[in-house]
Amino acid sequence: MKTCLVVDDSGVTRKIARRILEELGFDIIEAEDGEQALEACKRAFPEAILLDWNMPVMDGYEFMVQLRGMPGGDAPIVVFCTTENGVDHISRALAAGANEYIMKPFDRDIVAAKFQEVGLVQATLPEAV
Amino acid sequence: MTPPDYEYLRKLLKDHSGLDLSTDKQYLIESRLLPLARKAGLVDIGDLVQKMKNGSISLIAQVVEAMTTNETFFFRDKIPFDHFREKIMPEMLQTRAGRKSLRIWCAAGSTGQEPYSLAICLKEMGAALSGWRVEIVATDLSNEVLEKSRAGIYSQFEVQRGLPIQMLVKYFKQTGELWQINPDIRAMVQHRQLNLLHDFSQLGRFDVIFCRNVLIYFDQDTKTSIFSRLARTVEPDGFLVLGAAETVVGLTEAFKPIADRRGLYRPEGERAAPAKPASSLAVLPRLAMAGN
Repeated sequence: MKTCLVVDDSGVTRKIARRILEELGFDIIEAEDGEQALEACKRAFPEAILLDWNMPVMDGYEFMVQLRGMPGGDAPIVVFCTTENGVDHISRALAAGANEYIMKPFDRDIVAAKFQEVGLVQATLPEAV
Repeated sequence: MTPPDYEYLRKLLKDHSGLDLSTDKQYLIESRLLPLARKAGLVDIGDLVQKMKNGSISLIAQVVEAMTTNETFFFRDKIPFDHFREKIMPEMLQTRAGRKSLRIWCAAGSTGQEPYSLAICLKEMGAALSGWRVEIVATDLSNEVLEKSRAGIYSQFEVQRGLPIQMLVKYFKQTGELWQINPDIRAMVQHRQLNLLHDFSQLGRFDVIFCRNVLIYFDQDTKTSIFSRLARTVEPDGFLVLGAAETVVGLTEAFKPIADRRGLYRPEGERAAPAKPASSLAVLPRLAMAGN
């Protein structure tokens, strides 16, 4: 089973994300800020990281820059999930190595679509009738 | 909702739009029509049906429009766009190399996500298409839906379903919470109002037809009629793309599936005289029946 690290300082957001991602077949690890996320990555790289931008201690952007600098740190697929929905933020994240970007608010459809986009989950199609 | 009320609505929808609901779509009717009933100051679906029986044309029009679905997103189902990039376009680049022109029809273009997804695919092909004249014609039954498509303005929710973030940044301009597709992509798509139940031979011939998620709403005879008219509209070596839940099997001999390419079909066999519409069906021309 693939592992997804959910990084967000809001417990509610982590809970919602956990429910959606568990339904999509992921094992979930949680982190409340970038520093905790880095600690988790030092133990083992997850396949996917759902990453908030604005957090105390260390923000999501800083975390990703450090992650991408670690040996093997280019492997996890990073999907930002943030209220920062301006093109400037999106472009900055992509340039620094983000794979996808979700603008909050999000729901199951968006998470599923974005995870499909980066090949983390398979598309399911209805049967022909 | 009582069974007679359900039957009344079923028949009405069938007569006016070709929408063919199976016997178990009560939930769909309630979810779409209850808000409409409340807005009209009515208590429930029973009240709504009574008012319609009394001959409220505007209410009937609203009901038909509310029941037709416009759900769509960019690169919906992904696979058809893989077919387009990997199979259809490479073949077209060869077979149309002489005339350097290509006509594509989105027969249920809806709010534009499908035609614009195709336009983006073509744009991404870059120099391979330089000097080519490519037309994308998007048709839909509803003028309201076509207006939205022309404007090419989408909510944050809409642009996050199916559209890779790199493409969003590259091909859209952000205005507050909304995103508008760039003028050069918009200019690649022409819009026309059209009811698939009517004659569409005036659109001319196409190399590729996308007709996705609209036929599911029609009954068997109507589907068969549309397939035979599509067969006369597509070039003999062209392609037809259907939705994930649609098939030609048991409905027509005019198209054959392509192996290992789900949803992709080729016309086959005798080509008859210009198409005739399914004229026996009563249709309110403006009402929506948009799949994609």
